[in-house]
Amino acid sequence: MPDAALPVPTISAIDGAVHSPRPHESAHKHVSGEAVYIDDIAEPAGLLHVALGLSAKAHARVTALDLSRVRAAPGVAVVVTAADVPGVNDIGYMGKGDEPLFASDLVQHVGQPLFAVAAHTRDQARRAAALADVTYEDLPAILTIAAARDGERTLVTAPMTLTVGDSAAALAEAPRRLDGRLAVGGQEHFYLESQIALAIPGEDEEVLVHVSTQHPTEVQHIVAHILHVPNGAVTVEVRRMGGGFGGKETQANLFAACAALIAKKTGRAAKLRPDRDDDFQITGKRHDFEIDYAVGFTDEGLVTGVEMLFAARAGYAADLSGPVTDRALFHADNCYHYPAARLESLPLKTNTVSNTAFRGFGGPQGMVAAERVIDEIAFALGADPLTIRKRNFYGVEDRNLTPYHQIVADNIIPELVAELEADCGYWERRAAIRAHNARSRILKKGLALTPVKFGISFTATHYNQAGALVHVYTDGSVQVNHGGTEMGQGLHTKVAQIVAEEFQIDIAQVRPTATTTGKVPNTSATAASSGTDLNGKAAQNAARAIKERLAAFAAERWGVAADAVVFAPGRIQAGDQSMSFPELVRAAYMARVQLSATGFYKTPKIHWDRAAGRGTPFFYYAYGAACSEVTVDTLTGEYVVDRVDILHDCGRSLNPAIDKGQIEGGFVQGMGWLTMEELWWDGQGRLRTHAPSTYKIPACGDRPRVFNVRLLDNAPNREDSVFRSKAVGEPPFMLGMSVLHALSDAVASVADHRFCPQLDAPATPERVLATIGRLRARAAGV
Amino acid sequence: MPCTVTMTVNGKTVSREVEERTLLVTFLREHVGLTGTHVGCDTSQCGACVVHVDGRSVKSCATLALQVDGATVTTIEGLAAADGALHPMQAAFREHHGLQCGFCTPGMVMSAVDLVNSNPSLSEQDIREGLEGNICRCTGYHNIVKAVQAGAEAMNADQAAKIAAE
Ligand code: FES
Ligand code: FES
Repeated sequence: MPDAALPVPTISAIDGAVHSPRPHESAHKHVSGEAVYIDDIAEPAGLLHVALGLSAKAHARVTALDLSRVRAAPGVAVVVTAADVPGVNDIGYMGKGDEPLFASDLVQHVGQPLFAVAAHTRDQARRAAALADVTYEDLPAILTIAAARDGERTLVTAPMTLTVGDSAAALAEAPRRLDGRLAVGGQEHFYLESQIALAIPGEDEEVLVHVSTQHPTEVQHIVAHILHVPNGAVTVEVRRMGGGFGGKETQANLFAACAALIAKKTGRAAKLRPDRDDDFQITGKRHDFEIDYAVGFTDEGLVTGVEMLFAARAGYAADLSGPVTDRALFHADNCYHYPAARLESLPLKTNTVSNTAFRGFGGPQGMVAAERVIDEIAFALGADPLTIRKRNFYGVEDRNLTPYHQIVADNIIPELVAELEADCGYWERRAAIRAHNARSRILKKGLALTPVKFGISFTATHYNQAGALVHVYTDGSVQVNHGGTEMGQGLHTKVAQIVAEEFQIDIAQVRPTATTTGKVPNTSATAASSGTDLNGKAAQNAARAIKERLAAFAAERWGVAADAVVFAPGRIQAGDQSMSFPELVRAAYMARVQLSATGFYKTPKIHWDRAAGRGTPFFYYAYGAACSEVTVDTLTGEYVVDRVDILHDCGRSLNPAIDKGQIEGGFVQGMGWLTMEELWWDGQGRLRTHAPSTYKIPACGDRPRVFNVRLLDNAPNREDSVFRSKAVGEPPFMLGMSVLHALSDAVASVADHRFCPQLDAPATPERVLATIGRLRARAAGV
Repeated sequence: MPCTVTMTVNGKTVSREVEERTLLVTFLREHVGLTGTHVGCDTSQCGACVVHVDGRSVKSCATLALQVDGATVTTIEGLAAADGALHPMQAAFREHHGLQCGFCTPGMVMSAVDLVNSNPSLSEQDIREGLEGNICRCTGYHNIVKAVQAGAEAMNADQAAKIAAE
C-alpha cells in the first residue's frame, strides 16, 4: 500500500509516449506470422465455404437462372439467391435500394453476384459456382464516361455545384483564357488481404461476423437489414485488416451479408473469401474522371476565374459516389485561390462495378485538375510551373476564401514550399536538367514540385464523432477499445500511446483490442484520415475520466487538493505520498472507485450546407509538397523516378516513424495511380486487368532511386487536435502528382517547352510515348 | 486421388493424407495449421505465400504439396530461435518499420532471408531486384529495403560470430 512508503522507481519518461517513434503495436506478430487475420481464425466445426456466382453481362435481363447443376455438385450444402433474403435485398449504405446483395431479373455489371453457393470445401464451392446456367437478354450497356456524358446523363445521385464570385464574368473579362479536358484513370485498391467474412450463427436472431472492414457499424446495419433482425442481434468484429485504403469502407458489406445469410440459413459457420480475380470484378474502385476546365488569367499568370465540370464514372449504383465527387470539388482548388469559380460534379451511371472510396476520396482527382490548370498557364506564359504555382497560393490574411466559402485559416503552404524548394535545390537542378536535356538526345529528364492542401473531416458532419472504452484492471494493466479499425496505418499504436501518455504508464501496459460493435457502438468508418483525430480524442476522454476519479480518490485519501495529484512518469504523487499506478489502482478499487469509462468526441466548429454550397466542412488542413525528378526514354516512353524529396506537415506528429511510413506508402501508391496502374474494360464491359498479372502496382524496383522524406518541424496543429497532431492517412497520396508533372516536364522538352503536354493519367509508357509523338508533330507543324 | 505427403516442416516431420492437387500453401495452412503463410493473390504474383523448401524461397501457392514430398520446409513460424528470439531479419523488419498492415510481411521476410543466404554482400540494387516478386501495397518499400539491409548486416554478423566461435 502507498502508505507503507514502498520505494517507487523514478523514471524520467515512459516508454511509448506520444511523439515517440514506436514500432507498430503488432509488428512482433506480423514478423513472426502470429498476427491473426480473418482467414487465420481457427475454423469452427462444420464450417461452410461460400463462393459467389457472377453475372457475365454488363447489362441484361436474366430470363432464366437454372441452378440445378450447382445444387447437385459435390459437397454443396446450400445455394441462395435474392429469393432467400428474408429482409431487404439491398447492401447500399444509403438505403437507396440500388445495390442488391444478389441481382435477380436485371444485371447491371459484369461480375455482379447472382447467387451464392456454400460447400464443405472452398474448392467445391468455387467449382459449383461455375456450373450455373444463366440465360440473358442483352440490354444496351453504357460503359464509359463519354458514353454516359454524351448520352442521357443518368446520375446515380444528386450532383453538387460550388460557386464563388461570378466566374462567367471573370472568364469573359480575363486578359487570357484557356480551355481543355483532362482524363484521369481509376485505381484498384489491391489490399494484400482480399475481402473476407466469417459468420458464426448464435442464439435466437444473433450472429457474429468477423469481417475485414473499415466500417463495422455499417456492416452491422446491412447484415441486420438483410436478415431482417434488429441491429442489436448482430455483432461485427475486426482485429486487423491486411490493408483497406477505402476499399473496405462499404465493399465489405456484400461479403459479410452473404456469409451471415448462409450462416443463419444453415445454422453453420460460413466463410467467404473471393479469389483475387473475383475480388477485382466484384468490388468498386477509385472513380475515373474526365474534367472539362476553363481558366481566365492575367499576363502575370494570376488566376481570375475557373470553371470545371467533373464527370465521374460512378458505376451502376450510388454507393459513395456522391461524397466522392463532392470531395473532388472541395479539392479542385488544391492550394490556389480562385477569385471566381464554378465547380460542378456529374456522378454518371455506367454499367460497370460501382466505384467507391479510395484514399483521398475524390480529392486527388480534384487536385490533378488544379495542377493541370496551373501547368496550362505556365506553358502559355513560358514560365516555370513552380513560379505560377507560388503566385496563385492562398494568402494568409487575404485571398483566402475557398469555393465552398470556408476561410483557409491555417495556411502554411508558402513557407512549406519555400523550405522544400531550397532544401531540394529546385532551381539549380532545374538549370542542370535543362542543360542535360540539351545534350541528351534520347533520355530526357523532368522535374516538378507540387503542393498539397487536404481538408480534414468527414464532409458528412454527423460522421465526425467517435467513442472509446477504457478499462483499468486491478493490476494496473489497461485495455482500450474504440470505434476505429486497424488496417496497417498504426491507429491502434497511436491510440495506445495516447492512453499510456494520459496515465503516464509504459505502453506495454496498454492493450488495444479488436474493434467490435459489441463494445463501442454507432461508430463511423475509419476513413477520411480521421481515425486518430476522432478515436484518439475519444480514448483520451475515457482515460481522463478515469484519471479524474483516481485523482479525486487520492486527494480525499491523502488529504490534498485534487489538482495536487500528479501523474508523473511511472508514479503518482499526492502531496508527499508517492505510489505506482498499480498501487493507486488497487487502493481505488478497494475504495469502490469505478475503473472503467467510456469516452466520446465530436469535432467542433464544422458545419456544411450542401444545397447552398457553403460552410466550414473542414476542421483544419494538412499540407505537404513533393519534388520529383524523372528520366524518360523518348524512344520507348519508359521512365524511371530518379529522386523524390518530400516535406510534409503532420502537425506535432504522434508517431514520426508511423507517419513517415504513411507518407512513403501514400506517395508510392499515388505515383502508381498516376503512372502505371491502368484499369482496362473491353467493349463488353469485362475488366481485362483483373489480377496482378495484368494490373501492375508499384513493385520494389519502382520506388524512387533517392527518396528523402521529412516531417515539417515546429508545426503544431493550430486547432485543438489530439496532442496537436495532424491526420496523415490520405494527404501524402497526392504528393504522387509531382511524378506526373515531372513526366510532363520531360515530355515537354521534346518540343522545347512550347506546348503544354496535357499528359493524362495514368501516364503509362504507352501514353508518354504517344504524347511525345503528338508534341513532336505539333512542333514540326504537322 | 488422395495420397500421403510427408515433409519436415519447421523441424517436425508431418504426414497428411491429401488430394493430389493440394497446394503447398493449403497443406501448410489448412492441414498443418500454420497460418502465418498468407494467400494474397492465389496466382503466384504477390509473394505473400513464400516459404523455404530445402532452404530456397518458393511461392507455396504455385507448388503442389506432393512436389515437395520428402523435403524440408521452413515457414515464417519456423524462423525464430527455439527460445522465441526473433531471427535477425524478423527483428529488422520490426525495428525499421518495414511493415504496416503486415500481410505481405511473412513472405517478404522469407524472401529476404533467402536473398541474404544466397548473396551475403547484397547491394541496394540486388534487394530491389530480388524483391520484385513480393508486392507490398502499404509501405512504398522504402522501409522494407532498409529493413533488409539491416537484417543482412545482422545475419552476416551472426555468421561471423559463429565462425569465430568454431
Ligand atoms: S498468394 Fe502466392 S504469390 Fe500471391
Ligand atoms: S505491409 Fe501491407 S502489404 Fe505490405
